[in-house]
Amino acid sequence: MPRRPEIRLPWNSLGLVAVLALLVLLFSLQSDYFFSAVTFRTLANQIPTLTVIAVGMTYVLLVAGIDLSVGSVMALCAALMGVLMVDAGWPLPAALLASLAAGLACGLANGAISAHWRIPSFVVTLGMLEIARGGAYLVTGSQTRYLGGAVGAIGDPLPGLGLSPALLVALAVVAVAQFLLLRTVFGRYLVAIGTNEEAARLSGINTGRWKALVFAIAGLLAALGGVFQLGYLQSADPNAGIGLELSAIAAVVIGGTSLSGGRGSVVNSFLGVLIIAVMQTGLAQLGVSEPGKRIITGAVIIVAVLIDQYREPLAARFARR
Amino acid sequence: MDALLSISGLHKAFAAPVLRGVDFTLRRGEIHALMGSNGAGKSTLCNIVTGLLAADRGALTLAGRPHRPRSLREAEAAGVRMVMQELNLFPALSIAENLSFQRLGNGLGLLSRRRLAERARAALERVGLADLDPALPVARLGVGQRQLLEIARALADEPRLLILDEPTAALTDPQIHQLFGELRRLREAGAGIIYISHRMDEICQIADRVSVLRDGELVATEAAADLDSDRIVELMAGAPLERPARSAGGAAGDALMKVEGLGRGGVFDDISFALRAGEVLGIAGLIGAGRTELLRALFGADPADRGGLRLAADGFATAHRFRRPADAMAAGIGLVVEDRREQGLLLPLGIDRNISLASYGALKGPGGLIDRAAESALAARYCEALAVHCAGTGQPVRELSGGNQQKVLIARWLARDFPVLLFDEPGRGVDASAKARIHTLIREAADAGRGVVVVSSENDELFAVSDRILALSRGRLAGEFDAATVTEEALLAACFRYHGRDHDEEEVSRAATP
Repeated sequence: MPRRPEIRLPWNSLGLVAVLALLVLLFSLQSDYFFSAVTFRTLANQIPTLTVIAVGMTYVLLVAGIDLSVGSVMALCAALMGVLMVDAGWPLPAALLASLAAGLACGLANGAISAHWRIPSFVVTLGMLEIARGGAYLVTGSQTRYLGGAVGAIGDPLPGLGLSPALLVALAVVAVAQFLLLRTVFGRYLVAIGTNEEAARLSGINTGRWKALVFAIAGLLAALGGVFQLGYLQSADPNAGIGLELSAIAAVVIGGTSLSGGRGSVVNSFLGVLIIAVMQTGLAQLGVSEPGKRIITGAVIIVAVLIDQYREPLAARFARR
Repeated sequence: MDALLSISGLHKAFAAPVLRGVDFTLRRGEIHALMGSNGAGKSTLCNIVTGLLAADRGALTLAGRPHRPRSLREAEAAGVRMVMQELNLFPALSIAENLSFQRLGNGLGLLSRRRLAERARAALERVGLADLDPALPVARLGVGQRQLLEIARALADEPRLLILDEPTAALTDPQIHQLFGELRRLREAGAGIIYISHRMDEICQIADRVSVLRDGELVATEAAADLDSDRIVELMAGAPLERPARSAGGAAGDALMKVEGLGRGGVFDDISFALRAGEVLGIAGLIGAGRTELLRALFGADPADRGGLRLAADGFATAHRFRRPADAMAAGIGLVVEDRREQGLLLPLGIDRNISLASYGALKGPGGLIDRAAESALAARYCEALAVHCAGTGQPVRELSGGNQQKVLIARWLARDFPVLLFDEPGRGVDASAKARIHTLIREAADAGRGVVVVSSENDELFAVSDRILALSRGRLAGEFDAATVTEEALLAACFRYHGRDHDEEEVSRAATP
């Protein structure tokens, strides 16, 4: 029996890498300052939050769900951690754990309610978006809390390495999440549920439980993103992360993950994050106004998805060779 | 009386031929009953007349002109209307809007509620629903009222040719009486009506002539007055089928599963039987008899709400009523579903991923890590054993033929080595050679000591694989037969047992006896 070769070239990833390289090249030619250590340090400091949230969003989209609450949950968890440290005098590790636990709880509530009562996750997480934002205002008394150097270590570059712990943790999250997706039963179940939930259920998979777990992971990663944000800004802002869920969805979609479930890659989502970050930094350096940046970013999202429509048959043709 | 619709030499094939040279004539002012068992070709014939399907060969003439509709719209323009078994209404829209759906607005696309309501009242009156408010959303109506609404919609257009497919299934006696009056009126006006039903008593009441289809051929057209239900069943069954030779080793062993008084909602009730090791138990029945629902209840996909089943694994100690497929699987039951594309397969994924889907418990190592070598080996082994034609075990199942897709689905369950396997329509939509291969697989699964249940709408499939056959009629057991000796006629008669209205009393008395 003929066997298909096991090694398949990651055409989708290569396409994204090419787009990324093209963007870097374009901006480097346009601006003398772009291709510099300063730029890349700025990027490296900015992306950890969006990266981990995009990882969670990738999982959620894989099971054909959506999570609109990640931005608010992130703000709530960051606020909680900040207040616990400043007002309650908790040590950093304890406040960190409490913050992560809060994110996990929000995500679990999203997933459990949506799975048990069969309510579209769009609606449940829309509700959670409001609840968590309200919670963030409540916790901070609607004021930005300054933490100062107490949390700076999270976002500061490590001596000798030039990279922050936040970035390293975010990269590790990407690697672990991709590994789980490709190599474990958990990953297979996510793809099966997203491809055909009824077929998965009729094959003995407890689809509700796995979906709840996926939303819990997304909540946990939103909290982790909040911790990174706290370290970067050194303050707890109840207005942080407004619209972040849309940036995360944009990054994931640019990475080729299907909104209808069953198809997606964590690594490609990370490339999507990089593309968005490079574009925003580059456009800013070129002096493009905020409205201009938004219009261009929006256009890129649509074009990316259009390309994705044609990329799949193309990639299939290449892979068949 | 002259012909309204004449069909000659009509051929249509999907995977296998469904219509083979049908000649059929419908006269003006005639109600013509079309009979036949499942898969005889009734629906295909009607779908060709209404433009939903295109014929392979053959000529249709409607009122003297060639009739070759390429769409439902074209057929409707020629005066053809069909009321289907599946209701085609928009639940959120009002009765009036549903009734006038294709001519809702005036020239500007604006709705005139008054005009719509007037039109609706006239249409509703004809089916005895005059007291319904046309502004009511259809979602608020019961099944019977919706069925009448469908009929009202068809009647409102004064069709030349009306096709009704099991129109009375959800209707009460007075409603049926009203409907028949309206059909007779339409007949007096010169229309032709094709009437599909399984209810013999209705056929005798309303039909002028009866045609019987069998295996895609029209075997008889006779005046209804000259026929009785025994004769019709005889015509539908035809000559005794050839039985495939089977190893006599089918002597069944000990019981594996005992089903006791299982029931679910108004779908099926009081089902009891035992399944033995090494036997294939066929389940026959008409569409809607509750066969698929019975299998899904055994498997926990749609849980039963009465009775239960006991398994040999615990010495028949516990009466199970599984609430989730995972629970049934833990107890050793697998189900190969009827609709493999919608409910069985992960179409964009590879053969290997589809076969392993129910076996990850065995394929995972520490930390939930998948043993990918074992997964590939499993897929390769079953692709070879089941002769799946594919480019490799990683090929997406979407690219496979129906027969090979079915083999992949069966492989998923054979890989689990469950003592009880349930098959729902295992031979549907696959070509003849793949079907034969699948039947062999089912026999082998039983010969290996499993207990196998097969639901099929095709009697020859049941005869090919089964040792025993149970007949289901309107959700109840209507007979048990030895597959080696039962005639198709006896089986069909059992399937029709609870379909006549005169049997309603019998049902009640049966239900009353313990």
